[in-house]
Amino acid sequence: MNGADLARFILWRLAVAVPLLLIISFGVFALVHLAPGDPVRALLGTRPSDPETLATLRARYHLNDPFIVQYGKWLWQVLQGDLGRSINGNRRVLSAIIERASVTVVLGAISTVIVLVVGILLGVVAALRRGSRLDRAMVMFGVLGISSPAFVTGILLLYVFGVVLGWFPTFGPGRGFVDRLWHLTLPAVALALSVMAIVVKITRAAMIEEMDKDYVVFARARGITPARITFAYLLRNALVPVVTAAGIIVIGLLASGIYVEVTFALPGLGSLIVDAVQKRDIPLIQGTTLVFACFVVLVNLIIDVIYALIDPRIRFTSVAS
Amino acid sequence: MNVQGKAVHAERIRHVAAAPGLVIAAMFVIVVVAICAIFGSGIAPDSPFTQRLAVGDQPPSAEFLAGTDLLGRDVLSRTIHGAWTALVGPIVIAAGAFTIATLLGLVSGYLGGMVDTIIMRWVDFMIALPAPLVAIVVVGVVGGGYWTAVLVLIILFTAPDTRIVRGAVLEQRPLPYIDAARVLGVSKTRILFVHVLPNVLPIVLAYVLLDFAFALINLAGLSFLGLGVEPGTPDWGRMLFENRTILFSNPAALLLPAAMIILTAVSMNLIGDWLFERLTR
Repeated sequence: MNGADLARFILWRLAVAVPLLLIISFGVFALVHLAPGDPVRALLGTRPSDPETLATLRARYHLNDPFIVQYGKWLWQVLQGDLGRSINGNRRVLSAIIERASVTVVLGAISTVIVLVVGILLGVVAALRRGSRLDRAMVMFGVLGISSPAFVTGILLLYVFGVVLGWFPTFGPGRGFVDRLWHLTLPAVALALSVMAIVVKITRAAMIEEMDKDYVVFARARGITPARITFAYLLRNALVPVVTAAGIIVIGLLASGIYVEVTFALPGLGSLIVDAVQKRDIPLIQGTTLVFACFVVLVNLIIDVIYALIDPRIRFTSVAS
Repeated sequence: MNVQGKAVHAERIRHVAAAPGLVIAAMFVIVVVAICAIFGSGIAPDSPFTQRLAVGDQPPSAEFLAGTDLLGRDVLSRTIHGAWTALVGPIVIAAGAFTIATLLGLVSGYLGGMVDTIIMRWVDFMIALPAPLVAIVVVGVVGGGYWTAVLVLIILFTAPDTRIVRGAVLEQRPLPYIDAARVLGVSKTRILFVHVLPNVLPIVLAYVLLDFAFALINLAGLSFLGLGVEPGTPDWGRMLFENRTILFSNPAALLLPAAMIILTAVSMNLIGDWLFERLTR
């Protein structure tokens, strides 16, 4: 692997990410004008509409300027870390986001671990026992997985493990490390289940494809143990398609995470954005959406770089096109 | 972004050889849901709107087979009537998205060049967005409930669908019948709609069913967040939203609509997979 090549690839991907972020930020900005009626009314919310407040709001959001100038000034403020103030409670949007981020990050991290460990393991086992009852069960699990949205899975888990068995608490994030882990178990499982089917399916398909290749026969002929062939040879090659799908998995986790947080009443970024949407708190919606969007763009960037590191062909074809 | 696109495609193409019995069961489920949607008021034991505040939320009994919700409304009747919004929206979304996607995919795949580049860049951009988040934010800010949600989902679904149709068209392009048609002097429009379209239609049809299942989940999700249907509408997602607080007193009020969402989506996916296998081999 050539270091200069990789640097050029990363620079090129960054150059693509910037216009993407600009388009997204424009869309997020335009939300103010998407709301029905006068934007100043949308930004006012339930506050009393005296001329003074209206004038302040107009000045704050530069509503008297032409549309494109408004966007430029807004973007400049955002780049300086000023996401504005929420309508309800008049809080700084940025501090509201920072306050809520920890639950979302911890929930996402636990789910990612579950998805990768359990999902890949199930995929490998299903591939090794192709056609068996377990394999067929995995296929059915795949159909069930894409057919059950996270909020429905969450409610079913809540009912079985929270109400009937009483093993887990039914809402809230918990206090302290152990308690929090205990509170976040059911939500994390619900979230993991929402994307696990994809990981199982991709791993299974990739493993089956690798198993038929010549190098496996050769390795077997050399007397290498099946366990070593499976984990050191097959799995390593089979994981490339899983990395390819990582973008979908992350977007899936993010989107389902919003629903899981609402289902389990967890104070994370997902429930923050839903709360903001329900109350039509435009600055708060803009701030959280922007954070989510930047995260997605960043993750896609990282995945493409990892992919380029694993598979050099991608670098050249991408730069060439 | 090329990398992402490939994975999207891989995710949507599934090769599940479901047992024939399972497919028949799935068709049965869809027929029952369709009957509930059309003849709901004839089947339901009670009006979905009648409130009995004095009764409140009660567990299942002989009078109310699935119990009542907080306002004393019959959960079973509300679930039966909920079949309507569970079918109509997703049908409109799947059909709408694929009509637009078929047009774009045909043009993009057959003409190639600049048009193709522009359409595919737009598809790349749309696929990079987290669709459920966009749906939540746009439907929430614009307002307008169910039909706004349907419209937004049509737009979001169009991009990945376009990619599928384009892929199918690209497979047709090098085939001799197209050259033959061109030599005969058949116009581009006629080649596209009379010759290419019938050949890609089977794939489109199978994906429409898969899209339906996905649309059902997304619409129910928006209703669950209080953004889809109007408050009070009998809708499975909305019921999960309104009955969240009575999980302990009448679990049936949540379990029944939850089961219906999964059952309908699983059935549609099974039929879609089966159709995909049959039509594309």
